[in-house]
Amino acid sequence: MLLTITYEGENTQDIGYLLHKNPYRAQKFTLSSGDAYVFYPEVTDTRTTAALLLDINPIDLARGKLGSAEGGLFDYVNDRPYVASSFLSTAIARIYGTAMTGRCDKRQALADSPLHLTACIHMLPCKNDALAEELFAPLGYTVKMERTVLSERFPWGDSPYVDLTVSGTVKLSELLNHLYVLIPVFDRQKHYFISEAEIDKLLSHGEGWLAGHPAKNKIAYRYFLFKKSYARKVIDRLMEDDAAEEVTETEQTEPSEHHTPLNTQRLEAVKDAVLASGATSVIDMGCGECKLTRMLLTEQQIRKITACDVSVHELEKAKSRLHYDTMQPTLRNKLTLMQASLTYRDKRFEGYDCACIVEVIEHIEPMRLHAFAQIVFGCAAPHTVILTTPNAEYNVHYEFLPEGKLRHSDHRFEWSRAQFHAWAKTICDTYGYSVVHSEIGDTDTEHGAPTQMGVFTKCG
Amino acid sequence: MRIEIPELALVAMIGASSSGKTTFANTKFIPTEVLSSDFFRAMLSDDENDQHVSKEAFSLLYMTAEKRLQLGRMTVIDATNLQKSARQQVIDLAKSQNVHAAAIVLDLPEEVMQERNRNRENRHIPERVIRNHCNDVHRCIRHLKREGFRFVYVLHSQEEMDEAVIVRTKLWNDKKEEHGPFDIIGDVHGCCTELETLLGKLGYVRDAAGVYAHPDGRKAAFLGDLCDRGPRNADVLRLVMNMVRSGNALAVPGNHDVKLLKYLKGTKVQLTHGLENTAAELDAQPETFRQEVLTFLDKLISHYVLDDGKLVIAHAGLKEEYIGRGSARVREFCLYGETTGETDSFGLPVRLNWAADYRGKAAIVYGHTPSNEVQVLNNTYCIDTGCVFGGKLTAMRYPEREVISVDAEKMYYEPAKPLVPAAEDMGDLLMAGDYQGDRHIHTALIPTVIIRENNAAAALEIMSRYAADPHWLIYLPPTMSPCETSTQEGYLEYPEDAFAYYRKCGIRNVICEKKHMGSRAVIVLCKSAETAQRRFGVHDGSRGIIYTRTGRHFFDKPEIEQSLLDRLDGVLTANGFWEQFGTDWVCLDTELLPWSEKAQGLLREQYAPVGNAGQQALGAAVSLLTQACERQTTLAEGDVDLHALLARYETKKDAIDRYIAAYEEYCWTVESVDDLRIAPFHLLAAEGKVFDDKAHLWHMEILKQYTAGDELFLATPYLCVDTEHPDSIAKGIQWWSELTGSGGEGMVVKPETYIARSETRLFQPAVKCRGREYLRIIYGPEYLMENNLLRLKKRSLSRKRSLALREFSLGLEALHRFTAQEPLHRVHECVFGVLAFESEPVDPRL
Repeated sequence: MLLTITYEGENTQDIGYLLHKNPYRAQKFTLSSGDAYVFYPEVTDTRTTAALLLDINPIDLARGKLGSAEGGLFDYVNDRPYVASSFLSTAIARIYGTAMTGRCDKRQALADSPLHLTACIHMLPCKNDALAEELFAPLGYTVKMERTVLSERFPWGDSPYVDLTVSGTVKLSELLNHLYVLIPVFDRQKHYFISEAEIDKLLSHGEGWLAGHPAKNKIAYRYFLFKKSYARKVIDRLMEDDAAEEVTETEQTEPSEHHTPLNTQRLEAVKDAVLASGATSVIDMGCGECKLTRMLLTEQQIRKITACDVSVHELEKAKSRLHYDTMQPTLRNKLTLMQASLTYRDKRFEGYDCACIVEVIEHIEPMRLHAFAQIVFGCAAPHTVILTTPNAEYNVHYEFLPEGKLRHSDHRFEWSRAQFHAWAKTICDTYGYSVVHSEIGDTDTEHGAPTQMGVFTKCG
Repeated sequence: MRIEIPELALVAMIGASSSGKTTFANTKFIPTEVLSSDFFRAMLSDDENDQHVSKEAFSLLYMTAEKRLQLGRMTVIDATNLQKSARQQVIDLAKSQNVHAAAIVLDLPEEVMQERNRNRENRHIPERVIRNHCNDVHRCIRHLKREGFRFVYVLHSQEEMDEAVIVRTKLWNDKKEEHGPFDIIGDVHGCCTELETLLGKLGYVRDAAGVYAHPDGRKAAFLGDLCDRGPRNADVLRLVMNMVRSGNALAVPGNHDVKLLKYLKGTKVQLTHGLENTAAELDAQPETFRQEVLTFLDKLISHYVLDDGKLVIAHAGLKEEYIGRGSARVREFCLYGETTGETDSFGLPVRLNWAADYRGKAAIVYGHTPSNEVQVLNNTYCIDTGCVFGGKLTAMRYPEREVISVDAEKMYYEPAKPLVPAAEDMGDLLMAGDYQGDRHIHTALIPTVIIRENNAAAALEIMSRYAADPHWLIYLPPTMSPCETSTQEGYLEYPEDAFAYYRKCGIRNVICEKKHMGSRAVIVLCKSAETAQRRFGVHDGSRGIIYTRTGRHFFDKPEIEQSLLDRLDGVLTANGFWEQFGTDWVCLDTELLPWSEKAQGLLREQYAPVGNAGQQALGAAVSLLTQACERQTTLAEGDVDLHALLARYETKKDAIDRYIAAYEEYCWTVESVDDLRIAPFHLLAAEGKVFDDKAHLWHMEILKQYTAGDELFLATPYLCVDTEHPDSIAKGIQWWSELTGSGGEGMVVKPETYIARSETRLFQPAVKCRGREYLRIIYGPEYLMENNLLRLKKRSLSRKRSLALREFSLGLEALHRFTAQEPLHRVHECVFGVLAFESEPVDPRL
């Protein structure tokens, strides 16, 4: 982990005063993450470079510090010792802390002056070439990047890291604050738990420049690793004086619709179908974050609803989103959450009027669909089964999606309408159901709508 | 008095307060069999006389009683049971649990009890109450039978109570002491000619009196529906009655037999469904024969539990909770099975598939539902192959479980629907309930392996989302522990420790096998898709699979899997494997190379980025430090020695270069199947055989022999070492040094035998000893530096080793269960267990 700062001009050795580190001595600092060194590879009147080198022991990362009772959080094989990450920000704050405040008793005038400074951040995790420009250019830096290939022997593509060089005429304290905030924005990991105290830290280091930064939303979201509530608080505080501005989330899984998002349309359609079926008891199979369950729970017609998913982790998230523990008893008594698999027969699936299987089957291996059908239509056999799945034909509308690729990395298949209809027909013939097909979302005459829905009703 | 009660029954004590119920119950039964209302009142309120908590106390008492009966435990209810409603509760519970209810009534003279009550210290009951109680007791006795108590015993004095002896009688259906061997014969329906042929084929001989008997003492067992529809009903009845009477056969009744009984008893029944034939035949027989048939049928028991409980016969099958129970409901089930109450398009009752739910240990052999072949599901066998409908008459030999059939001479009766296999039903679908919660799995090597709920929950997700069709998953490989940490300087692992481990276990001969650095691949190959369907229940037309250690398809592209399987089939066929082993499927444990094929993601996301970042960052640090060193000519107090720091960074740089070299060794570009390599090292199983009784040397040699001739398959280099012999050990160490020195991962040291155990302990089936350079991939590029190695040497192997043993025993158990043709859910239990051990636990309680 390596950061160099170069000052070009006259009497450049004076940067030593600003950094509070003597250019003629190498120094060692003991940090909680490892040993840090500051040394000067180059000291001349016109050009002086200070290097900050952080020596992190990978065994500490994997096993915890020597003598500590806690285990480590990282793999033995880990990029952390070598790349610029939150460890580096912490080291900057510790070692150049005074310089960051802009205080320098011996050379205060110099500290207050914009200088020609260049920082080189070695091995910064950065897959997106445009990001560095987007973050540093608005602050007046010239941005240069060097990227190598991942392997010299195998065609494994580009390295995910760059050596990033930014140069500009800024005060040293400004440069350090920019680096402190922006280095972790590139990374997707933090070596410490993100607490609410981080909000104040970010705001204090971002003082004077973050509020005016065009990418401030992105910076806030990425800084907090998409911990949205913290990011929103930061943005709210940055904009306290501004007129309320629309805050948009940076990441979207599906291309945005110009009106109602597809997912909402889909859930509305499913809800309408449930209510139209006359069902009073519903099982949401593969409930995920329980969006559908939440919509149905408050419907008076529904007396009993069970949400199940194969992932306990998803269910836990859903439970907290539903505020299960503080839910009104009337609602809570209607609701059951349980872990269940759609490829294992389950007695607990029996006895419901309606089963909803929304955007689930495409996550099941095709060879397991047979078991799935037996379990849902043969064994559980509710009066109504409402099933949605992507319409593969519509994928031509997704510009970002290469031809033949699926919408989600966990999708095992996506069916055309004809494929879905054919499967549905087999189901109906085998298990004694009839089906009504419909489409959800913007329909185009040639390719249909993004989502297809089948409402299966048991005959007799 | 002898009080005879079935060994499993619900017994109600009936008697007034102070009649001595509690003392009687506790002395005549095992105290834990007796559930006393006083006890439950005390448990709830610390006062056994506190009548305010009676309601709660009884609810607890009955809950306990229900659990006991579910577990098949005799239960005695020690309460007054004077109210009809109280006794009704006893009867209801007995019915719901399909056990008989018995009543023991203490009808002592009132004076005796008043006297006792007066002498009681802790509790005085008003005289009036005692008097009422006595009257109640006296009055209820004559109603008890009608209320539903199958057995009623009344004791009139203390002397009678003292002398009473409880005799526990066996249930009539309990013939566990009969071990056969049996020839179980399906629905005959008056097809006497076929029956005679079948008996002949089974080796039965007819004596002068016309009685069939087997010279080896085998016993026939008839599954009922002897009569109706066929041409020779009286003959069948006579033949079977003779065999039963002479002790050469057992018989259980079928629904047709019961209907015939009604007819013979003079009850008005409809002469349909073939009864018209039987009735006509019997009407022509002498009255004595009709009487004989009546008596015979009247005495038939609904089902039999045979051979220490390992075999059950019943006409229409039996649910697990009904086995060995006696009640009207159980009898109904045995005769008619369970139906939904609906009828299908042929007008036949829609049957509930109890066999799909069946998880019992006993094999259940039954008839009743004709189909064209014997239907096997979850240890149940339906052997009614519709003889009277022109099918065949089938016998199953037990314990051999062989099926022997005789074709019908003609179709005697038009079937309501064609004889085809039961339409698509639930089949052998796995049930979630079998895998959730804490699981106890019994294996041959470790009696009980416990899978914890939180591991099971994690495995359920992995199995559901990623695993291949469970029909294919007959084995998952165990994890492997490394050898003890070496005391050798500069080494974390060293062969001597592997040899020492086995030497300490008392194992002298070990085999060292080269550890191929690829990815574990289990291969199941069938000779044809037909075999796959028949033996594995895989219906998608595939004939084999290559799967990972977590049960996923190894290849995303089925064509690659297919072509590798074809190559394996080719080489095995060419070398005569199938004939030699008399099998049409095989399961191999292999390593598939290169590592980069399966680990592509890992390499690109983790290994190569670390290498790349390290190389660049350390390179830059070295060059900056070199520059700075030129400026550092003197070293003041407190200064950092940059030359030393540079040396340190040069070492780090060297470490990262070696780390890159280590993983690149196991990577090569695969353009076609020809670039892959498969190194098989265990021939795990084939039809009827798990090769865990063969030495590893045998596995090595056999695999080499039968995969020779196709360079896709790598023979694994190996070396045998005598752990007591220093020269041999030295050779082993040298062999390892050469392997690892030229970039090899290392070696696996195994005991000579596949399973190594002493009287009390199971030993590691293998320990790995990995090379110095290779370990950089595991412990990071810098693991050898300074104190790092010393820290890493402090590692505990006990958890890993215990895990390895449990997974090893589960894996072999799965194979043994599969080769013994046990049902899918039994095989899956073990495979699921291995995956559960390999999963990060999650807390399933929401």
